[in-house]
Amino acid sequence: MTEFTPLASAFGGALIGLSAVMLLALNGRIAGISGISVGVLPPWGERLANGDMAWRIAFLVGLLAAPILVQAVSGEPIAQTVSTNVGLMVVAGLVTGFGAVYGGGCTSGHGVCGMSRLSMRSIIGTMTFMATAFVTLFVMRHVVGG
Amino acid sequence: MKTVVGFICGLIFGVGLVVSGMSNPAKVLNFLDLAGTWDPSLAFVMGGAVLVTFIGYRLVLNQPAPVMSEVFHLPQKKDIDGQLLTGAALFGVGWGLGGFCPGPAFTAVPLMSTGIIAFFPALLIGMWAGRMAPGIIAARA
Repeated sequence: MTEFTPLASAFGGALIGLSAVMLLALNGRIAGISGISVGVLPPWGERLANGDMAWRIAFLVGLLAAPILVQAVSGEPIAQTVSTNVGLMVVAGLVTGFGAVYGGGCTSGHGVCGMSRLSMRSIIGTMTFMATAFVTLFVMRHVVGG
Repeated sequence: MKTVVGFICGLIFGVGLVVSGMSNPAKVLNFLDLAGTWDPSLAFVMGGAVLVTFIGYRLVLNQPAPVMSEVFHLPQKKDIDGQLLTGAALFGVGWGLGGFCPGPAFTAVPLMSTGIIAFFPALLIGMWAGRMAPGIIAARA
C-alpha cells in the first residue's frame, strides 16, 4: 500500500508543468526527459558544435540535484521502494529506454508536453503506453504473482 | 544563460517528481494496479502538470520567439505510425515492470538503491539502442 496524496501530487505536478513552461519560454525547448537525455548520448554529431549539449547536461544535473535538495530542506529521507530483483530491473531499464526513444517520447514528452499541445501523436502514444503499463502490472502482480 | 535555465528547469522538474511521489516506483506501480492496491495519486500529478503546461504553453506560443533562442523547437512529426505504437507499447511494458520512467530514474540515482543501480545503466543503453534503430536518426535530424 502507498498513501493517497492528492494535494502533494497535484502540487508536484504543477511544478513539473512550471518547469516545462519555463523551458519553452526561455530556451524554446520541450521538457521531454527521454529526448533531453538521448541528446547527450553518442553519436554527438553537430550537437557539440552548435551548443545543443550544455543545457541538456545542466537539466539532467538539476534532476539529479533535486532529491538532495528536497532531503536537505525537509530533513527527512525520501520515501522510495524499489525492486531488488536485479535481472528484472535490467530488462525493465532496457525496454523502458528503447521504447521511450523509439516511440519519440515518454511520460513527460508525450504525456505532459505533447498532450498539452493537443498533439494527436502524443495522445495516441500516451494512451498506448498507459494501456501496456496497466496490462504489464496486471500480469506481473495478478497472473505471475511477482 | 541557456545552461543556467537548463539547470533551474531540471531542478524544478526533479523537485516536482519527488514532491509528487512520482519518483517512488511503489507509488507508480500502485497507480497501475487497478485490480489491487490502487493509489490514484499519479492522476493528480498528470492533472497538475498538464493543467499548468496547457495554459502556460498557450501564453508562451503567442510570443514570436523564446527569450534565449531564435525559434521554438517543437516536434515536427505528426505521423501515427508503427514506430510510435511499437515504441510507446514497449515503453509502457518497461514502466510497468520497473516502475521507473526516465525522469524518476534520474531523481532515484542519488538515493543509490540496488534496483536503480541495475536499472539506470540499462536505461541509457536502451535509449542509445533506440536512437541507433533504423529510421530514428534520420527522423530526428
